[in-house]
Amino acid sequence: MGRYAAKRIGFALITVLVAITLNFVLFRALPGDAVSALRCKACTAAFRAAQRHDLGLDRPLVTQYGLYLKGIASGDLGSSLRTEAPVRGAIWEAIKNTVPMVTLGTVFSIVFGIIAGVISAWRRGTFVDKITQQTALAFYSMPTQWLALLIVLFVAGAVGLPTSGLADPSIDILGDASTWSILVDRFQHMVLPSLTLGLVLYGDYSLIVRSAMLETLGEDYVLTARAKGLSSWRIVWRHGLRNALLPIVTLVALSLGFVIGGTYTIEFIFSYPGIGYATVEAIDQRDYPILQGIFLLVTFSVIGFNLIADLLYPKLDPRVVSS
Amino acid sequence: MKRRGPVLQAVLGEWQSRIGLAILFVTLIAAVFGQLLEPYGIDQQVGGTLDPPSSAHWLGTDGGGVDLVTLLIAGARVSLIVGFAGAAVAMVIGGLVGVLSGFFGGKTDAALMRVTDYFLVLPDVPLLIIVAAIWGRSLQNIVLIIGLIYWTSTARLIRAQVKSVRERVYVRRAQALGASNTRLIFRHIVPQIAPLLIANTVLMVAQAIFLETFITFLGLGDPSAISWGKLIENSFKDDAVLNGAWWAVVPPGLAVTIVILACTLVGQSMEDALNPRLRVGHLSVRRFRVRPALRERDGA
Repeated sequence: MGRYAAKRIGFALITVLVAITLNFVLFRALPGDAVSALRCKACTAAFRAAQRHDLGLDRPLVTQYGLYLKGIASGDLGSSLRTEAPVRGAIWEAIKNTVPMVTLGTVFSIVFGIIAGVISAWRRGTFVDKITQQTALAFYSMPTQWLALLIVLFVAGAVGLPTSGLADPSIDILGDASTWSILVDRFQHMVLPSLTLGLVLYGDYSLIVRSAMLETLGEDYVLTARAKGLSSWRIVWRHGLRNALLPIVTLVALSLGFVIGGTYTIEFIFSYPGIGYATVEAIDQRDYPILQGIFLLVTFSVIGFNLIADLLYPKLDPRVVSS
Repeated sequence: MKRRGPVLQAVLGEWQSRIGLAILFVTLIAAVFGQLLEPYGIDQQVGGTLDPPSSAHWLGTDGGGVDLVTLLIAGARVSLIVGFAGAAVAMVIGGLVGVLSGFFGGKTDAALMRVTDYFLVLPDVPLLIIVAAIWGRSLQNIVLIIGLIYWTSTARLIRAQVKSVRERVYVRRAQALGASNTRLIFRHIVPQIAPLLIANTVLMVAQAIFLETFITFLGLGDPSAISWGKLIENSFKDDAVLNGAWWAVVPPGLAVTIVILACTLVGQSMEDALNPRLRVGHLSVRRFRVRPALRERDGA
């Protein structure tokens, strides 16, 4: 166990280093640096030269790399080219908005994905299974941004939920709003983006859970459990699902990292000021320091979730360590 | 009578994959003969802003007054080209890495798989954004990016397959008879794994089309190419949603969904035929890939 954990952690650390380096290489070594791509009215040649000097782009690459590593080590990610505010603060603000929204959507999709997947596998070949699978496949095939647009177009009006922003701008115009009403307002703004994310992930998760369940339900110990006369309920949940958890945890953990990166289009359509919205804005403005910061953040979270999944395996399936 | 191969039989035998094939065929026809079918020009302003569907314009017009049927057909062309070309690039890179790694084993394998592992862990969406932003916005770049992002899962799959084929008796005999490595790879191993590679490519086409809509929506697509992704983006930019113009929003996304569904159905029934363990269902986890925006990379 100790050796296994050390190996996984070592791999994660090396990957972090590779990601940091790649982040550096992608932004500096390719033709056209961040400043030449900067689009603004006041971008004269002199301004560009000054910017290059400020960013240290006129120094040798090795020195730049050293400075860059030093910056990251001390948590300094530079500052935005557009607002000149520190990148770290901007990203932190965005994350605070994204995390609750993503959590709500993910929990929704995991709960419904597991229920649908388990029922579908349990009742394999029946009408219920077919309907569940076709629905999941349809959600699996839809472009995320399109689903978001459909929800704005057809669902939002019907259920009367807001489709843009983080909070109602007029909420405290008539005196101070109570904490409760602010919370309710925030939640209402969160529902539709979360629902979109949840539906998209639901398709993936229920298909994955179904195939993982089918695999375990075909095992001999399930047959044994049945022979012992256990109830189907017990067989499915205790013997089936618990053993199917390994592939499910892998895929959920792997996708969690991408979920943060996957909110781009959803947040953009719902004008929800999170990480995704910040990214699309930064792309539009060619604000490279922000993009770089977000890239690092998403990479780290993916690596982090992977590591957690790796470290969880032995708990779920002790065979992992020995193999 | 010539016996059909198991793959063809599987694909033609199930109603899901037959529907999938039919959809792909119709889309392909629309893409190839598109210019003859398009009722108007793709730059031609034939109506007002976001006109609702009428007998002259079955799907109405977009924000620039261009006929949407025309745009939808033109979009099929670009989306399919990007889908197939992107999948082809991924297949070539992934196939090459997989074959080399699986065939030679040892240090080559270790080095190549290490690189693959790093690519697997790196989140592709930010990577894609950076590369698209720096390389510029053109269809070729999108194809390249799609290939660069998706080769890893192909490489893994092919490597595993090559490793097993390589140990089969007929390959060892050919080797003992003095066949060169090149001959072994191209005459004895690649033909064996080709169907799997093709099935994988069909599934990859779906991913590539999906990724193209995503890249385009982020504003990193080719500004001059009309693809389905572009139409979805335009419908958002033209405020079609605010104006309740469902005819500008629904068709392009529906087209993408249907084609992706078709590719998935065909690709999976091919995979099922090639890998009997998958067909049994309870023996192996089918490799559903989480979509580009939120993928899990290598399912199995």
